[in-house]
Amino acid sequence: MTSLSKDVATGGSGGPMVRAEGVHKSFGLAHILKGIDLEVNPREVFCLIGPSGSGKSTFLRCINHLEKISAGRLYVDGDLVGYRQKGDKLYELKESEVAAQRRDIGMVFQRFNLFPHMTALENVMEAPVQVKRETKAVARERAQRLLDRVGLGDRTGHYPAQLSGGQQQRVAIARALAMQPKLMLFDEPTSALDPELVGEVLDVMRDLAEDGMTMIVVTHEMGFAREVGDSLVFMDDGVVVEAGHPRQVLGDPQHERTKSFLSKVL
Amino acid sequence: MTDIVDKVPAPVPPEQIKAIPVRHYGRWVAGAAVLAILVLIGIAFSNAKIHYDVIPDYLTDGTILSGVWHTLYISVLAMLLGLVLGVVLAVMRMSSNPVTSTVAWFYVWFFRGTPVLVQLLLWYNIALIFPILNLGFYKDEMNQVMTPFLAALLGLGLNEAAYMSEIVRAGIQSVDMGQTEASHALGMTQGKTLRRVVLPQAMRVIVPPTGNEFINMLKTSSLAYAVQFNELIKRSTDISSTSLAVVELYFVASIWYLILTSVFSVGQYYLERRYARGSSRTLPPTPLQRLRKNLALFGSFRRPEVSR
Ligand SMILES: Nc1ncnc2c1ncn2[C@@H]1O[C@H](COP(=O)(O)OP(=O)(O)O)[C@@H](O)[C@H]1O
Ligand SMILES: [Mg+2]
Repeated sequence: MTSLSKDVATGGSGGPMVRAEGVHKSFGLAHILKGIDLEVNPREVFCLIGPSGSGKSTFLRCINHLEKISAGRLYVDGDLVGYRQKGDKLYELKESEVAAQRRDIGMVFQRFNLFPHMTALENVMEAPVQVKRETKAVARERAQRLLDRVGLGDRTGHYPAQLSGGQQQRVAIARALAMQPKLMLFDEPTSALDPELVGEVLDVMRDLAEDGMTMIVVTHEMGFAREVGDSLVFMDDGVVVEAGHPRQVLGDPQHERTKSFLSKVL
Repeated sequence: MTDIVDKVPAPVPPEQIKAIPVRHYGRWVAGAAVLAILVLIGIAFSNAKIHYDVIPDYLTDGTILSGVWHTLYISVLAMLLGLVLGVVLAVMRMSSNPVTSTVAWFYVWFFRGTPVLVQLLLWYNIALIFPILNLGFYKDEMNQVMTPFLAALLGLGLNEAAYMSEIVRAGIQSVDMGQTEASHALGMTQGKTLRRVVLPQAMRVIVPPTGNEFINMLKTSSLAYAVQFNELIKRSTDISSTSLAVVELYFVASIWYLILTSVFSVGQYYLERRYARGSSRTLPPTPLQRLRKNLALFGSFRRPEVSR
């Protein structure tokens, strides 16, 4: 079995891959994240579940600074996300520095967000060529390998509109992997898919987990969480209600809110 | 299970419907009336005092051809200026910096709100208020600098930029926010995201109205006649003032405008097709492809390939 990510980076800091300390996020007056504390270790598959509107996507987007946090500290591989700390003062990073941080963090969206004007191969090649300044030949070779690996080696010339949802999402995963990230964020990657297409995407994610990729997965697929997840957090209304091993939280929830949520989705 | 399938009767070819179509008497009457009016107009024009015989000669007259050339290149240059400045203004307008967005708003407000003819005349007569042009590194009399060409270019191009900025802005805003996010998440900067991801997709929305703008520009450039620019109308009137073939030369000019606009309409079709890439499963065939397919069909009597 060829590896999805040849040399899965496990982070250079030696510490946790992601550390959130009292992360808050408000949009205007709406207080969405109300103090999130958690740690994600290298090579861990970290599942995030919770009702719609509880702030899961918002938290994920904070990790690669698509949203600015309002309070607290957020570290990826030991580095503060979006800021530099000197003494007790925080300085915002420049646009190019934020972009550099994001290079190492792959993200997969619920609605795929493939670039519709590029073929599958071009989608996967785009960031390595444009951001990492790789030569086209090198980028193409890796893109082809990644598309082969997600089972789409024969669809490289197709535009996203010519692919099924499941195929699009697999291209999107290949596109994120092409940057050789040390962390992958998945925001409900199978929620927009027809039920019969969910499996093919989860299979790719399972392979990736076996390769040792650090993954944070927001999902409603409890089966996947139980089987592949190393830890699981239940979020509700902007706080972490319950955390632990997936089998423990899903099988024996301690809190009322967790119980009532699980009774609805299981 | 299989025997049930076997028992399904073979489909009987359906009997073709042969019905007497509804008679549309109204259509016949309307068609006859329109034809009658056309005939009357034709008779009127053939009896009019027009020397049709001179028109072909004037069509290829050197002066007229130079006018066509001037019309063409001032339209292209003014459009390019409008396009580049339009993109800049659109980006300024959407920036979060209140100064740049307000400036862009005022630009559009001013240049859209005043007639092009007035703008052309203002540029042409700018020496009246600024006799000397002083750019620091370059200094000259404004009269020398503001040639008919420059006045035409600025008048037409800056006005066009106001319209183009609105078109570009609508195009950019038509692109899903998820595209920007995906691009940022991959580590692409704002500029890269705009150039590589947003603008190419915005083009689908931008190209059709821009084609219309260009075809308008071909015709609006005739206003540059007022600033002594040697475009088609100026050249036509130059001739007609001595030859007295006034209407004939307007006909000649009209024919040339029709040729130019027709040629660019075809170009627009292909451009739109190019930027439709990826927006649907299959691209519509070009007229040429359609022709070839029909010919092949005619030759072989085979059914056309069914697209997937
Ligand atoms: N850009 C935004 N501006 C204002 N409110 C937002 C924005 N993004 C998300 N929200 C709000 O934050 C809440 C949490 O959203 P989200 O993180 O998407 O929840 P989840 O992913 O758990 O369903 C929702 O109520 C949503 O309306
Ligand atoms: Mg969400």
